[in-house]
Amino acid sequence: MASVMPAPSQSRLFLSGNEAVARAVWESGCKVAAAYPGTPSTEMLEVLSTYPDIYTEWSVNEKVSLEVAIGAAFAGSRAFCAMKHVGMNVASDALMTLTLTGVIGGLVIAIADDVGLSSSQNEQDSRFWGRFAHVPVFEPSDSQEAYEMTKLAFDFSEKHQVPVILRMTTRINHVKALVTVGERMPHDNPGGFKKDPARWVMTPAGAGRRIPLMFERDAILLAEAESSPLNVVESGSDRRVGFVASGPAWMHVREAFPAMPALKLGFSCPVPVEKIRAFAKTVERLVVVEEVEPLVEKELKAAGIACHGKDILPKQGELAPNVLKPAIARLLGEPVPENLAKPAPVFPRPPTMCVACPHLGVYYTLSQIKNLTISGDIGCYTLGAGHPWNALDTTISMGASMGIALGLDKGRGEADKDKRILAVIGDSTFLHMGMQGLLDIVYNRGNVTVLLLDNRAVGMTGGQPDPGSGRDIHGEPAPRVDFAKLVEALGVKKERIHVVDPYQLPVLFKTIREEIKVPEVSVIITDQPCVLIDDYKKQKPYAVIDEKCTGCGNCVEVGCPAIHVTRREKAVKPSGKEVELQFVRIETSVCTGCGLCVQPCAPEAIVHADPRQPMRLVKH
Amino acid sequence: MNEQNVTNILVVGIGGQGVMTATEILAQAAIALGHDVKKTEVAGMAQRGGVVSSHLRFGPKVLSPQIMPGTADLLVAFEAAEGLRWCHMLKPGGLVLLNTAHLVPPVVDLGLYDYPADPIAEIRARGFEVRAFDAMKIALELGDVRLGNTVMLGAMADHLPFPAETLLDAIVKRFAARKPQMVELNRQAFEAGRAAEKAAAQAKEEVTA
Ligand SMILES: Cc1ncc(C[n+]2csc(CCOP(=O)(O)OP(=O)(O)O)c2C)c(N)n1
Ligand code: SF4
Ligand code: SF4
Ligand code: SF4
Repeated sequence: MASVMPAPSQSRLFLSGNEAVARAVWESGCKVAAAYPGTPSTEMLEVLSTYPDIYTEWSVNEKVSLEVAIGAAFAGSRAFCAMKHVGMNVASDALMTLTLTGVIGGLVIAIADDVGLSSSQNEQDSRFWGRFAHVPVFEPSDSQEAYEMTKLAFDFSEKHQVPVILRMTTRINHVKALVTVGERMPHDNPGGFKKDPARWVMTPAGAGRRIPLMFERDAILLAEAESSPLNVVESGSDRRVGFVASGPAWMHVREAFPAMPALKLGFSCPVPVEKIRAFAKTVERLVVVEEVEPLVEKELKAAGIACHGKDILPKQGELAPNVLKPAIARLLGEPVPENLAKPAPVFPRPPTMCVACPHLGVYYTLSQIKNLTISGDIGCYTLGAGHPWNALDTTISMGASMGIALGLDKGRGEADKDKRILAVIGDSTFLHMGMQGLLDIVYNRGNVTVLLLDNRAVGMTGGQPDPGSGRDIHGEPAPRVDFAKLVEALGVKKERIHVVDPYQLPVLFKTIREEIKVPEVSVIITDQPCVLIDDYKKQKPYAVIDEKCTGCGNCVEVGCPAIHVTRREKAVKPSGKEVELQFVRIETSVCTGCGLCVQPCAPEAIVHADPRQPMRLVKH
Repeated sequence: MNEQNVTNILVVGIGGQGVMTATEILAQAAIALGHDVKKTEVAGMAQRGGVVSSHLRFGPKVLSPQIMPGTADLLVAFEAAEGLRWCHMLKPGGLVLLNTAHLVPPVVDLGLYDYPADPIAEIRARGFEVRAFDAMKIALELGDVRLGNTVMLGAMADHLPFPAETLLDAIVKRFAARKPQMVELNRQAFEAGRAAEKAAAQAKEEVTA
């Protein structure tokens, strides 16, 4: 089989950080790579899955993906695992004991922090895991470094039998730059898995014997960091400030202050304190530039090295040159460059659900039902919290809709005694961490109506397959979970399980109305695919007949982005009530004919677009 | 351009318009000329109608991938209000090449926000030069809306620190590899965009004359 990137050694490719890591993982002879999707990490596995001679999988969650990688590394092969920052919260149970056993084959864990919150629920700093788990952390600052550090990380992992964390951020994962690549090197694994219960079976006694080994390793890792070529000083003539920086912040520092000396932390945990102490002596003031938390700064201060950091820099977001320059000017008592360029106030463009998304009907329906508390989850359907539906009340972490719904039920105060508790969760999120919560609801006799939105894909991250899709990472047929059977096996009564088509509004409405009245757990499963995947089939598009549209605005409440309001008018109803009319048009070129908006249109103003007269029907 | 001889081009629009593809082609052209190149975009959930801004920096050596406010050499806006949203990124007096299409988001349809009455006038009022043309119409006249990003590339062609032909080559290369039947149409779209930009420049001169 030919490689997807049949690039000869030494050729330069224009790669994102994610693509560069994938290339390096493959070149390193890695045998097993596993991940659960999550922005900005997703492309690492997506790209790896197109390379030959490497096993790749979408796992059901990050913990399982790490465990798969651990197994492969125990078996002596090289293994790789990628996740977004919050993924490690899920996987950390495995990590925290893995640090005691260590590995045989090299194991590299790429964690993508979403600094700047482009698409995440928090901005946590994954470098903490290096300290918590006593494992080394490498921090690339562009694609070339991501590529090189990944290769080094495999060697390093094997040399010290320790997993290595590659800490990336959105500004590395999604930035493209030129990378000089090499060839795939086979990795030998002659020994295979060697039985060694004292090492692989972590009983209290076994763990007790290995903890001192971990501390011994700490000292070795520190010595490695002190002498690592990944930690280098770039000299500069203006010694009023010297910087210590890592990750994308390194590039920002070099860009903003080319004349000032700087020490790059490529191998940032454990912190090479003595190297930094020596560097600090060569400059007037030391400034630590790190995204996000002041980890290095605090460790330097603890070691008695005076430095600035979060006293002058933000504790949130990216530390780009336009943030750094004024902060350093202030520190030096120089005039602060005035920010001339102020952005114009323009309406926001929050992400919307896709045209014809199967979730639209669900939220339209929920927005019509009163007296609900809706426990939500993470996925495209989180957007149900926004306009026009306003039909989602909580979101915390993946799978949390289940436990939180049960807690809302059990913890209800007097004011909520007649409220119905509903939980909304997607297929991928349910399989990731939701099914345990549902089992808990069943077992503890909760009164919750669960809406399981099965769109056969991980929509939010771009439509990757999951065990509910019937396809694997390569798009090949794979066993498909039967959600109705699964929830029945968890103990939901058969008569409380309904599979409905979310485009059939009356059925959906009736089913939800009936189930919320029943004082026990019910599960309503929707069964139409995400529009991003091949299973979705477009139908004949619709258009609005101007003369028939009464401006009732019902179709606008569906929330499909193909529907546009063309004009608003005030009108007085026969009852004397003043209402605002909204006249609409459908952007026929993007309408996929799902038929949702047609259903609440009483005057039947929405009809199939006539292919012979499209202009008449779509006029403004 | 700046002290480091780095060219900063900012391409903006909304998800699905081909902003990132356009920047990718531009990047390939710069690479072909031997430049160091970095390209970054913020497009978290772009496929769902969000704002896309794609930064392209090239020159002898590029460090930070981000263009800082007030330093873009050229702003290419695939949508009128996006041109206004991002014009503060331009260097003073800088040039905006703008597709006049108004793409109205649901928050405006719902009456929560207003679409700016005249985005082009507002950009000009901020001291920037605007060359505006209807790229969607040009693409549709050639038979396919998806040619819109090639039209935009054509419009940029005479504002780059390298010959228009280098950019055209990069387009041709990309389509020759993926959709050879589209090469000729894209060539036409490129030339149409180039002509539209020139016409817009002339119209501007007549107005000011
Ligand atoms: C622990 C964790 N891992 C990954 C993600 C990234 N992520 C956000 S939503 C989502 C899954 C969405 O899939 P699904 O539940 O099927 O809903 P859909 O988007 O398809 O509607 C993922 C993987 C996350 N937020 N948290
Ligand atoms: S990606 Fe799929 S699930 Fe997400 S909004 Fe679009 S259609 Fe809906
Ligand atoms: S539902 Fe029908 S009548 Fe009401 S605004 Fe929409 S198209 Fe017009
Ligand atoms: S039929 Fe209505 S709701 Fe469905 S895609 Fe078309 S405009 Fe959107």
